[in-house]
Amino acid sequence: MNLTLKVWRQEGPKDKGNLQTHKLSGVTGDMSFLEMMDVLNDQIIREGGDPVVFDHDCREGICGMCSMFINGEAHGPGRGVTTCQLHMRSFKDGDTITIEPWRASAFPVVKDLAVDRGAFDRIIQAGGYVSVNTSGETLDANAIPVPKADADEAFNAATCIGCGACVATCKNASAMLFVSAKVSQFALLPQGQPERKRRVTRMVEQMDKEGFGNCTNTGACAVECPKGIDLTNIARMNRDFLNASVTGE
Amino acid sequence: MLDSKTPEGPLADKWTHHKNNIRLVNPANKRLIDVIVVGTGLAGSSAAASLAEMGYNVKAFCFQDSPRRAHSIAAQGGINAAKNYQNDGDSVHRLFYDTIKGGDYRSRESNVHRLAEVSTSIIDQCVAQGVPFAREYGGLLDNRSFGGVQVSRTFYAKGQTGQQLLLGAYSALSRQIAKGKVKMYNRHEMMDVVLVEGKARGIIARNLVSGEVERHSAHAVVLASGGYGNVFFLSTNAMGSNVSAAWKAHKKGAFMANPCFTQIHPTCIPVSGHYQSKLTLMSESLRNDGRIWVPAKLEDAEAVRQGKLKPTDIPEADRDYYLERRYPAFGNLVPRDVASRAAKERCDAGFGVNGTGEAVYLDYASAFERYGQTEANVLGLKDPSEDRIRELGKAVVKAKYGNLFDMYRQITDDNPYETPMKIYPAVHYTMGGLWVDYNLMTTVPGLYAAGEANFSDHGANRLGASALMQGLADGYFVLPYTIGDYLADDIRTGSVANDSPEFMAAEEEVKTRLRAFIDNDGKTPVDDFHRRLGRLMWDNCGMARNREELTQAMKDISALREEFYADVRVPGKLDGYNPELDKAGRVADLLELGELMCKDALEREESCGGHFRDEHQTEEGEALRRDDDFTFVSAWEFQGEPKDAALHKEELEYKNIELKQRSYK
Repeated sequence: MNLTLKVWRQEGPKDKGNLQTHKLSGVTGDMSFLEMMDVLNDQIIREGGDPVVFDHDCREGICGMCSMFINGEAHGPGRGVTTCQLHMRSFKDGDTITIEPWRASAFPVVKDLAVDRGAFDRIIQAGGYVSVNTSGETLDANAIPVPKADADEAFNAATCIGCGACVATCKNASAMLFVSAKVSQFALLPQGQPERKRRVTRMVEQMDKEGFGNCTNTGACAVECPKGIDLTNIARMNRDFLNASVTGE
Repeated sequence: MLDSKTPEGPLADKWTHHKNNIRLVNPANKRLIDVIVVGTGLAGSSAAASLAEMGYNVKAFCFQDSPRRAHSIAAQGGINAAKNYQNDGDSVHRLFYDTIKGGDYRSRESNVHRLAEVSTSIIDQCVAQGVPFAREYGGLLDNRSFGGVQVSRTFYAKGQTGQQLLLGAYSALSRQIAKGKVKMYNRHEMMDVVLVEGKARGIIARNLVSGEVERHSAHAVVLASGGYGNVFFLSTNAMGSNVSAAWKAHKKGAFMANPCFTQIHPTCIPVSGHYQSKLTLMSESLRNDGRIWVPAKLEDAEAVRQGKLKPTDIPEADRDYYLERRYPAFGNLVPRDVASRAAKERCDAGFGVNGTGEAVYLDYASAFERYGQTEANVLGLKDPSEDRIRELGKAVVKAKYGNLFDMYRQITDDNPYETPMKIYPAVHYTMGGLWVDYNLMTTVPGLYAAGEANFSDHGANRLGASALMQGLADGYFVLPYTIGDYLADDIRTGSVANDSPEFMAAEEEVKTRLRAFIDNDGKTPVDDFHRRLGRLMWDNCGMARNREELTQAMKDISALREEFYADVRVPGKLDGYNPELDKAGRVADLLELGELMCKDALEREESCGGHFRDEHQTEEGEALRRDDDFTFVSAWEFQGEPKDAALHKEELEYKNIELKQRSYK
């Protein structure tokens, strides 16, 4: 198929960017979106130009590195997929595709389509862990039974890949879905209880410090989330946060 | 002859004894010691976190935008541990035995036993960290079985075990970053190791965003930079996975061990087209419940390839469940190398089932029925219809493997609940790597290698669910202790200067190399060379190898390397974010490694594990090991050109296990 691509180009965080138009032919439905981008870059390099920078690594939807805003949607038109899992069969011959980076002030553009998601790392550093040393000298793994439903729910929350699609999608650039997924994972497990209040307080504090917006319950984040992280996590986080604010640590 | 520095004493006591006797660094002195960790996968993250907890000052590096994205994250199936929770007779000894046997008797007994010993602590540790493993209704941990073993010892978190374990290690790492004990360098690539007076004293790294070349000094350097499967271009590795850190270490004197031992994983989604950039693995756990087959008749295979016949229309009697036929004892659960070769054998014989002729079926129909029947019994349904049973069965399979089925559908546009999946082997893991002694130190003093980057535990073939085990064992429980033995000598060294002549020279060399790429007046993009290298490796150093092809491949790779330096086009600038420049450096190293792999494969005149030589097979076409001549580790010393590498041997002694020709029949 033949495509017209409008790709965001931006030299660095402080530069002004713009959409650049490229024509691309020979694209097949079996290609992933990123393979299509490889073909574009191959063409640009052979013409002596500067290829488009985009983040990507595992190309199987789990590392969370790829991050493209395609035709106004995080990770493009598919549901439950990352950009690397989106295949060109989702597009038609003659389509014009607009490709932009995640847009949020807490995610400054590094170059072109790549953004800096260091804020997510800093939120985890603020408390997204259980404080246990790695000696291996802990309880036997089966010492505390965990009801299957809780374990499954914790797992579902823990499958967040930290890609940032929720932030990119949200009109307020809120990171509540991301933060609440981590808060929920530990809130649902016995191992997470001792630090439960402190964790939610500190992670929310850091989230605010990073400049993410607030949640207005539109639910767009959960719709675009490639891993189907549920909105109930946000409710759980809000409840825990309120509880911690009122009852203290 | 290489000395593995394996401690004396009975096998089962070696590790405990060694830990009790190696030197320790006291807490006050640990604060005076810096350690660099390159890579933040399971081995790197866990090592960095553990070393920081112990009190060392750690600098950790990863090329991704966050340590959480290292490729361990993509491991699907599970992690082994000798917990015997299922009461099926598992034990440390049995895990040790299975690993040695699965590795086709080419791994070091002492290391493997230690791995089996610490395996149980890994599960305890991860649960304590809040890793949400799969559980049974009673609230206890669930297990599944994996290829090459007859017990159920694999812990898992759906098909995302690597993700959950890595996020656990990442959270431990994050905790130390918050405390300031680990300084994290994201989007940084290691460009070289710096040796001062023969010891590894730091690295040259490049800030991939600014392009700045930086000098980082330390008292010891740990490489946890993963495997080199990307030498094949198409593999299940991430796009950025590379050999450069390990290869730079090799060029500075670290021996590269058994580089030809690569694992070709049997259950991947087949290649579909020229622009394909990677292959996707379907967890081996699928072989637990799926049955692998091809049409028994050539004309059926032909009709399937032409799209005239659907697999579901081929009657049972006309299907060849070749693994069950050839290996009745293990059936679909034979080790990976055996399953991969068997698929190749059928496809080479003309029974392949997709357009390229390189695919076999992985069929879940019987699993739907089996699980559905059980579920119907549990629900107390009287005489449920076949459709109802199948629906119930599909729901059970969906709960177990749903994400894998979804992934398959996404990539192929086929619905695996209705028609069998198509799979074919693909490069997945590299057992070879930097040679390390019992303490995980390479042949360069102060330079350590952990996880897939070293060669230590899997011999010639890795068992499923053992990579995660080894990565975390090395990082949490082995290296943080063994490194103390070396660092004990450094308590009075003081901080290591990063402006010594050695550092300045290494920095200059890196800058010159990078500038040469940018200044090169070539025409061809990096990927083009990478793709061609991959084809050469797959065709000549893949699932089956022979003298003639390997000899030719070495020449071809050398010629391709020359062409690369003459004709590669690297756009952009030195200072600034330039992924093409990063790729060029990585492919340059892969172009050298590939040649060494072929040399290693050529000189190993036997078949063992993932290394199959056409010249060495039994009458039935099974791998023929030659224990009298090849019970050793090949450790290669760099001598200017990969083809001139010098061979050093580490003899492998089996005092606790009898060497047998592996049989899964």
